[in-house]
Amino acid sequence: MALQSLDIIRRSATTLPEPEVRGAYTGQVAKLIDTTKCIGCKACQVACMEWNDLRDDIGTCTGHYDNPHDLSEHSWTLMRFAEYENPKGDLEWLIRKDGCMHCEDPGCLKACPSPGAIVQYANGIVDFHEENCIGCGYCVTGCPFDVPRISKKDKKAYKCTLCSDRVAVGLEPACVKACPTGAIVFGTKEDMTQHAAERIEDLKTRGFAEAGLYDPAGVGGTHVMYVLHHADQPALYSGLPDNPKISPMVRLWKGAAKPLALFAIFATAAAGFLHYIGIGPNETDEADEDAARREREKTP
Amino acid sequence: MNGPRKDEIVRYSPRIRVNHWIVAISFVLLALSGLALFHPAMFWLTGLFGGGPWTRILHPFIGVFMAAVFFLLGRTMWQDNRMQPRDWLWLKKIEDVANNREENLPEVGRYNAGQKLLFFTIVACLIGLLLSGIVIWRVYFSAFFSIGVIRFASLLHALCAFVLICAIIVHIYAAIWVKGSIRAMTRGKVTPGWAWKHHRAWYREATKGIQHK
Repeated sequence: MALQSLDIIRRSATTLPEPEVRGAYTGQVAKLIDTTKCIGCKACQVACMEWNDLRDDIGTCTGHYDNPHDLSEHSWTLMRFAEYENPKGDLEWLIRKDGCMHCEDPGCLKACPSPGAIVQYANGIVDFHEENCIGCGYCVTGCPFDVPRISKKDKKAYKCTLCSDRVAVGLEPACVKACPTGAIVFGTKEDMTQHAAERIEDLKTRGFAEAGLYDPAGVGGTHVMYVLHHADQPALYSGLPDNPKISPMVRLWKGAAKPLALFAIFATAAAGFLHYIGIGPNETDEADEDAARREREKTP
Repeated sequence: MNGPRKDEIVRYSPRIRVNHWIVAISFVLLALSGLALFHPAMFWLTGLFGGGPWTRILHPFIGVFMAAVFFLLGRTMWQDNRMQPRDWLWLKKIEDVANNREENLPEVGRYNAGQKLLFFTIVACLIGLLLSGIVIWRVYFSAFFSIGVIRFASLLHALCAFVLICAIIVHIYAAIWVKGSIRAMTRGKVTPGWAWKHHRAWYREATKGIQHK
């Protein structure tokens, strides 16, 4: 998507405002993934492949249902299957559709050193503009969810776009369109939060006392949210982070360190210049040469 | 003192000079490409290297090259840079140093305490940069390290680079400040007066047994 979309609220490695005259006046968007309704059919994975024209390598069976077994530059979404034995001794099959969470405060965008390689639209979608990507992998370093993948072929970073191209023309993301059980729904963040609340209320009456919405505050909330049966233990869902946030190390590296270091470098150079002006060079004159000669004569 | 003299003293051999300038040029390339990726205000420097991706590709290779070339240089200079008791006294009188009052300072050998500390700062930073740089070299090595290690290495790389850049600014300024130093590293020779004034103990040692005219 080009800058001409005029609705970019944040752009990586840029200090000036973006063309943002068009706002999300009807509300920011969100995709809600209801893990309690998911049957693990992988229609969303197929829809993602089809719409985005992606084909991953045919992998090998690694002993579980995840296929492929990790996200890649060709697989922007992936069903992760976890077998959980609950305290009653029953098996629960916790299936989570993994992919970019579209953070309100994106760690990838914060870490990216290339102007405009990562943008955030007014509607909340975080998108990679691969033509500006330099392939450094800092987005991988910055992401709290381990989502971006660097292509082995072109060395560019790829991830779920939340079908920004479809959403821009009023369509829902491809995975939402394909989901046969209605486990994936799409709309304004407000509507999705409300819809989730209804679902959670229902789940609580069905024995899932800890059912809840996953919209982690540590990253300012996300534009991809989950309804979880066990919202108190997100890690059960194939390692979904309990409290994701941009790492303090990344915050320091990409925050205060940048202006402070640059200032200190210029200050060091300025100090040298002012020392030269104020005190002046240290020169050797004829008197020193004479002294050197005397010293030589003194010590044979 | 500007013309050619017969009694000049050799301070840096051709091998050291060539080695130094290869390191210096590598450092400039690394600082420019590194700053380009460190701060958005400096991103335009990627243009010097053929754009963002080329900057990202070239930087680590130049880095490994510089580390290797510096190793050859540092190995030769290590011994002369070891701190001695008189060096600590020299550091205590740093105010006299800054104000060109060398007559108040203890005798200095081949290198003064400032040069020695700078040397070891450079060595420490280069070790930090090399190790952290390998961790964040995405194409070849990052896959072998956990995300926590990569984040720490990213921060460490920036910190070491920052300290090194400041140290080299001090190094360059010192060469401009103390007249005759640049000539020592470009032509290899200094006048007896220069050696006597700035590195008296070394001057005595360097002229020992040489017939004076």
